[in-house]
Amino acid sequence: MNDAAPNDAPATTIPAPGAGARVWRYFLPLAIFFGLVLFLWRGLSLNPREIPSALLNQPVPQFTLAQLHAKDKTFSAADMKGKVWLLNVWGSWCVSCRYEHPHLNAMAKAGVVPIIGLNWKDQPEAAKAWLQRFGDPYQLSVMDLDGRVAIDFGVYGAPETFVIDKTGTIRYKHTGPVDEKIVKDTLVPLIQSLNRG
Amino acid sequence: MDADQRRSFVSKSSTVAVFRAFLLRKARQILSLISWFASGKRLYRYLRLSASICGSTLFLSLSINAQLPTPALPPASPELEARLKKLETELRCLVCQNQTLADSPAGLAGDLRREVRLLADQGKSNDEIKAHLRARYGDFVLYKPEVEPKTWLLWGGPFLLLAGGAGVFFFMNRRRTAAAAPASPPASALPPDQERARKLLDDE
Repeated sequence: MNDAAPNDAPATTIPAPGAGARVWRYFLPLAIFFGLVLFLWRGLSLNPREIPSALLNQPVPQFTLAQLHAKDKTFSAADMKGKVWLLNVWGSWCVSCRYEHPHLNAMAKAGVVPIIGLNWKDQPEAAKAWLQRFGDPYQLSVMDLDGRVAIDFGVYGAPETFVIDKTGTIRYKHTGPVDEKIVKDTLVPLIQSLNRG
Repeated sequence: MDADQRRSFVSKSSTVAVFRAFLLRKARQILSLISWFASGKRLYRYLRLSASICGSTLFLSLSINAQLPTPALPPASPELEARLKKLETELRCLVCQNQTLADSPAGLAGDLRREVRLLADQGKSNDEIKAHLRARYGDFVLYKPEVEPKTWLLWGGPFLLLAGGAGVFFFMNRRRTAAAAPASPPASALPPDQERARKLLDDE
């Protein structure tokens, strides 16, 4: 018991050189840990499937394609000049398209915006039957049989939805199925402000 | 009393028996799984399966209504073929994101390979083809990002970390040698009073 006191005393009374730095060093791993947590928190919560579109605020790619319901008639992006419109990439083979379809139908019924369908690499007969079954929200659909127009739009999965303004500039792109929240919170306000502008 | 005790004992032992049987069953399952994996052919098949999942999930989703296949092009000359193969390994498939365009079985990868071929047929250079796809799909389509101000940190980051680590190493090394150099007998570090006290105590 008596031995302990004098051995302890020097350590407490005389600070060793650089003691402050040494204490700081004990907290360094903790600081690094929290730094890592912060980075991983942010990094792992990002969705790698959501690739920012390279086409945002770019002119809409020009295309001319045959219409799904009238093969002898064509449609080109230039036809929509002066209007705010939606381009929706869909296919009868696309399962998520079925999920978003009621929301497109509702938008079409409310007359929010003209929607043009880009029927992506689909069999025309299957596409028509699909629209008959689930409803047709499109002003018209065009057939992208070899998928080259979809490539021009940077499409990498259906469904995808583009908002195009009066000057023919892409203002917004939504990847994946549109739902009620996106329609209400994003698409409708954006379309309204573009229509005003 | 006695009968109750016995009954409870019986029920307890039966739960133990059930638990033991359960453990045995699990152990047997694990063993059979190990032996299943151990047979090389199966393992190979399993790896093949997991590698093709990306393609097959696509296939499953198409089983109701099929996506149109990528239209075929006439075969390319051997030189062009080699050039395209190399170019495709530098481009990313956007569906199976950790695969290059050359490796991916996804439908979109087929379309993009065809697009690359068509652009090459138009006489576009490799850089022009990359720029074409980059304008549509963004930087992400390049498997090897360009060196530009935006990606300096990405390219230089590892070297920065290495330099930082080396700096810390040298700093700590220097401090250690500096601390070791004036090392005289530790006893003299104590003030004379305490030194005396310690000696006294040690003598006791």
